[in-house]
Amino acid sequence: MADKYRFIGKVTPRKDAVDILTGRAKFLNDLKLPDMLYGKVLRSPYPHALIRKIDKEKAERLQGVCAVLTWKDVPDWKGGTPRCKRVLDQKVRFVGDAVALVAATSEEIADEALRLIDVQYEVLPHVFDMEEALKPGAPQLYEEFPGNVVTPGVPFFGPKSLKEVVMGDVDKGFTEADVITEGTYSYENIPNPLPPEAPGAIALWEEPNKVTLWVSNQASYMDKVTLFHVFNREVEVRSIGGPCGGSYGSKFMSWQVQSHAVLLSRATRKPVKVCMTKEEHLAAFTLRPGSRMAAKVGMKKDGTVTAVSGRWVIDTGYYSMTTQSQVAVGCGEVQIMVRCVNWNLKPTIVCTNRNASGIVRGFGGQELKCILIPLLSLAMEKLDIDPFEFLKKNYVKPGDGYIWRDGIWYTYRGVDYSEAMDQGAERFGWKENWKGWLKPSSVNGTKRRGVGVGVHGNADIGEDASEAYVRLHPDGSAIIFSCVTEHGTGQRTNFVKMVAEVLQVPIEKVSLSPADSLFTPYEFGPAGSRGTYAIGSAIISAAEDARRKLFELVAPRLEAAPEDLDTEDGAIFVKSNPQRKLPWKVMGIDRTCTGYGRFEPDYTLSNCMMSFVEVEVDTETGQVALVRVVNATNIGQVIDPQGLEGQLNGCLGSAGIDSALFEETVIDQGTGHTLNANMLDYKWRTFAELPQIDNVVLETPFASHRFHAVGVGEIATSPGPSAILMAASNAVGVWLHEYPVTPERVLKVLGKTAPWAKKGGAA
Amino acid sequence: MVNGRIHELEVGDQPGQVKPWDTLAHTLRETLSLTGTKVSCDHGACGACTVLLDGQAVLSCMTLAVECDGQRVTTVEGLSDPQTGRLDPLQQAFIDYTAFQCGFCTPGILMSAKALLHENPSPTEEEVKEALSGNFCRCISHYQVVKAIMAASGKEG
Repeated sequence: MADKYRFIGKVTPRKDAVDILTGRAKFLNDLKLPDMLYGKVLRSPYPHALIRKIDKEKAERLQGVCAVLTWKDVPDWKGGTPRCKRVLDQKVRFVGDAVALVAATSEEIADEALRLIDVQYEVLPHVFDMEEALKPGAPQLYEEFPGNVVTPGVPFFGPKSLKEVVMGDVDKGFTEADVITEGTYSYENIPNPLPPEAPGAIALWEEPNKVTLWVSNQASYMDKVTLFHVFNREVEVRSIGGPCGGSYGSKFMSWQVQSHAVLLSRATRKPVKVCMTKEEHLAAFTLRPGSRMAAKVGMKKDGTVTAVSGRWVIDTGYYSMTTQSQVAVGCGEVQIMVRCVNWNLKPTIVCTNRNASGIVRGFGGQELKCILIPLLSLAMEKLDIDPFEFLKKNYVKPGDGYIWRDGIWYTYRGVDYSEAMDQGAERFGWKENWKGWLKPSSVNGTKRRGVGVGVHGNADIGEDASEAYVRLHPDGSAIIFSCVTEHGTGQRTNFVKMVAEVLQVPIEKVSLSPADSLFTPYEFGPAGSRGTYAIGSAIISAAEDARRKLFELVAPRLEAAPEDLDTEDGAIFVKSNPQRKLPWKVMGIDRTCTGYGRFEPDYTLSNCMMSFVEVEVDTETGQVALVRVVNATNIGQVIDPQGLEGQLNGCLGSAGIDSALFEETVIDQGTGHTLNANMLDYKWRTFAELPQIDNVVLETPFASHRFHAVGVGEIATSPGPSAILMAASNAVGVWLHEYPVTPERVLKVLGKTAPWAKKGGAA
Repeated sequence: MVNGRIHELEVGDQPGQVKPWDTLAHTLRETLSLTGTKVSCDHGACGACTVLLDGQAVLSCMTLAVECDGQRVTTVEGLSDPQTGRLDPLQQAFIDYTAFQCGFCTPGILMSAKALLHENPSPTEEEVKEALSGNFCRCISHYQVVKAIMAASGKEG
């Protein structure tokens, strides 16, 4: 397919490559504004406490300190959904909650000032476990959330915002089942997506009510929108996004850090930079939500799922900004994975005294699948069903449907992914390696290998709105105005490729504006793999609009109708007689030609990723090593082969596959302190431990995209974790049901350690 | 000496001076405005701040600037030819293979790779992986990085 395009699908250098490779790319913390101050945050040592008294006088007297702010000094600005969490509050709700803010002429002075603030706390009882938090008499985090149950629903998703999956008749479904399995499973090791660049912001306040923010964010236009609400709809926010040093969802929203910078700039009238340290990033920024479910599934011998019922409890930590959205999307995604007519799956979002949850790749669906697939696996084991065949059979097919996040039923009109799954299975050698449930694929002394498979997909590839302008210049060049930052996917370059393809001009002739909300139109941002389909379509239609306007301008000069014209390399020609041509400059050297494009949400398509994994378990040490991965997908049309490879290889890190192997945030259950809030103690995969990865990518055209493409990057992390549990269980011959599969857990199921307190697992 | 240019910095606590406890990373970024060197973990675990000190890879967040007196420091800004601006073959290979995604860890990875190729111009893939085992990359560009380094060393992957 790629051959029909000049740029699409071809290897081209990233537009920002030279800047990145020479160190010229300016990430947020590389920026310095004149008279800039540095902001720091004093954080609570207690998981739950009231601030009785704060003495900030000594800190204020320190030379170089320009502002010290406590809850008494700041307006009633609140974040959260619904808005409940004051930016600075008299009550602190986790170890790391903001107590006071300092702005000073240097980071050292700001740090010193933090030490001079004297705070008297009244320590309150705390609760860390999600189900303990739901019990009567549990410590209450907010008056607004009785019983610590966070109000469900997302206003942004509309009046019918999806809160649960309830349809059909589960009682009837269970009577039709050949096997019913029940159990409680959890995915609550709350791994950190951990971008290398810690969250940060620079704010410059202008009286009376304007602020300019330099952000390091995945979706910089949405900062303007989010903060507008946080600041009581009283402040006009301009956001300027630059290169983002990794996000993986997490930096879609950095409202806490940004609010701190804004408050300090408002107090000092100077630009203020606030960048988290790595310790703050790990211990006080957002994590993947914790997830636990007591559920029951019914299954027929042929792999038909007759009923799913369950109580899905989601630990959002001390507030929720996006957890309801993740639950809504997770509820939609589970229907894409499992065709079933009878559902009674009811989520409850709970707040607890740990740091807050936020967005991470997989967005609710990874969390839910990690706890549902092990339960489905129990049923498959009883019926001796091959999990690959089960997942292939049950994945959404054209004509099937699902209730998406807005509570509306959509009929899927994308491609059938079975072919991609089959080719993935073939590449992996699934048939040769699948020996049945709880059976290793090979045994060599104490080394036992096992295989597993998982699947994920979402209908967010067409979520939310995007807008863009494309402006053509008489010199044959074009510029795209879009509020898209580069966070690693290469999409800024891909949009340039798409416009170059529409306009048939060299890539060098097309540029993309900075992501500045002052002059770019609305942009939800690259999330949920929506970049290619949603943002791409808006930008493509802006380019087409500009092209059409150019033809209208030039048509009389060529004595032809606009629709009879085409353009290539800065010349406009008559299609039937290419010799009749004029350069773009005939539009007039005192003129530009601007097109506008908009993408309207479209939830009728879903992407898909199936991951096959092979692990080797050492039954002597309990070590589980990932040997190889095969990812299989179908994306219609490759835009950027190397960027795609990087995104798919991303299945390992950023709270993906490795969240089933060794990644976890360890919180002291007595004090609430994060015990591994540094990169020595938080485990991560090194270059020396790379498994083999093969990516199988099919290109069956999607009719509704100009280049027949859909995005896939976000979901690479999601099928892997449950596949790892499956593979490790098969390797050792005993079910392993807790994430991550640490050596201790493996040795425990093998009866090689003393038993310890059980958390979750099969009933 | 940084990237071939001599910088005479006084020890002191005034702006533009080097405090005895300033790290090399801090001095490069804040005093000399060479922000290509990135600080991520700031405690010697992630390799993002790697620079060359007399040709050897060091973690600039764990090195005091005052210890570097009289030594040659090379940062990512010093990899390309200062006269012509021509990129180092290693930089070009990273571009050709798109051996980066977000690019934040890239300067550190480049400098680790540069030190490796200086010591071992023709490494095996295993040696490349070993040399980079202290460099954190979260996007998972590892595979493309290894290919790029092998290509730069004359072994097309």
